[in-house]
Amino acid sequence: MKEVTQVIETVVNGEAVQREVPVRMHLTDFLRESLDLTGSHLGCEHGVCGACQVMVDNEVVRGCLTLAVQVHGKRVDTIEGLSEQGVLAQLQAAFLQHNALQCGFCSSGMLLSALELVRERPRATREEIREHISGNYCRCTGYQAIVDAIEAVLQGRFASPQEAQA
Amino acid sequence: MKAPAFQYTQAKDLAHALELLATHGPAAQVLAGGQSLLPMMNLRLAAPEWLVDINEVSGLTGVSDVGQAIRVGAMTRHRALQADPLVAQHVPLLAQAVPYVAHAAIRNRGTMGGSLALADPAAEYPAVALALNATMVLARAGSERRVLAQDFFVDLYQTARQADELLVAVEFDKVQPTQRAVFTELARRHGDYAMAGLALSMHVSQGQANRVRVVPLALGSKPALLEPVMRCLEGKALTAEVVRLAQAAINEQVEAQGDTHASAATKRHLTRVLLGRALQQVMETL
Repeated sequence: MKEVTQVIETVVNGEAVQREVPVRMHLTDFLRESLDLTGSHLGCEHGVCGACQVMVDNEVVRGCLTLAVQVHGKRVDTIEGLSEQGVLAQLQAAFLQHNALQCGFCSSGMLLSALELVRERPRATREEIREHISGNYCRCTGYQAIVDAIEAVLQGRFASPQEAQA
Repeated sequence: MKAPAFQYTQAKDLAHALELLATHGPAAQVLAGGQSLLPMMNLRLAAPEWLVDINEVSGLTGVSDVGQAIRVGAMTRHRALQADPLVAQHVPLLAQAVPYVAHAAIRNRGTMGGSLALADPAAEYPAVALALNATMVLARAGSERRVLAQDFFVDLYQTARQADELLVAVEFDKVQPTQRAVFTELARRHGDYAMAGLALSMHVSQGQANRVRVVPLALGSKPALLEPVMRCLEGKALTAEVVRLAQAAINEQVEAQGDTHASAATKRHLTRVLLGRALQQVMETL
């Protein structure tokens, strides 16, 4: 079948973007290949690993299970746009301090899951943290350090990035 | 790991979606949440010619009280169901099942209607719908029909939905005071597809179980009632002996299909264990 394309208009990390994309292209390929935003990764490409996660209209989604054409008229935020501010910066500092990443392949997806949890359930227990990140595979850390890092942020031990650096 | 080429149309409203399905018929595939369809396409297990995206169609989301029943719009996402007070109050079996459905990011996208229309025997909603014999509301251009869950699930990934029809809602009867419902599931990783599971609904009056409906997950080739077990329980007082006989029926009378995670024998064993737990849970409420 001939490649079918459509023109989409979307806002990625605050910037308006217009591109022609093949309708079969998924969102993470669009971000990586068309926009050079390589922070979200492709692991399994069938929704199991979570490395491809990005935010669409403020909700975390699997970038590999969302078509690029489906973000027409919507707002997309990736790890690149969310970094270095607010809760995500706190989470990044906490991940660093707790050794919650090694190779870093899962980290962008893991951080977005953590961000959603901190925003929506600020009083989550360790059990709830584990449940919430259960859709994100990490093959390095054994998860313990990741749970520690998220818990530290939830408990306000990384109230601001400045504090975290101190 | 990329989907094969297809044509794509985003339906503007329900009439447009139905018109697209009427025009493209069997070549079309409805794209709801996409959390099962898109992986199948990425794996090239599915190669629809035409995707009809219904994500922007209004009027297909939300939970409402329609008197005797609770109506769930087909595009209601798992995440919304999990937080819904009507579901929690009136459809406890569904409320128990939702937390088992996939992982957080998938729950943000996946839908009730998508899961039912896919009819995966390892998925939660088909089992719940069958245990409660929910009513599927199917629309086609110019008409609508209602199909009971027991007539809806035809085979693996096959339902009574015709190619030009769209599943627009499902209605679950409200729980009654005599009714007991239990949902339980085992998976290697929480949120993954079930290795085994059980949706159970029964009424208990004067110590006797009746209108018993039990549906296993990931046991057979389609979402189906566990009839040998239901026969053992129907009209009986729930005693240890009755429970034992019902469990034994799984070994003796139920066909199971193994998969890459567990053999048929393992699945029967796990289903037996879950049945024991579910009935114990019912007995504790009496």
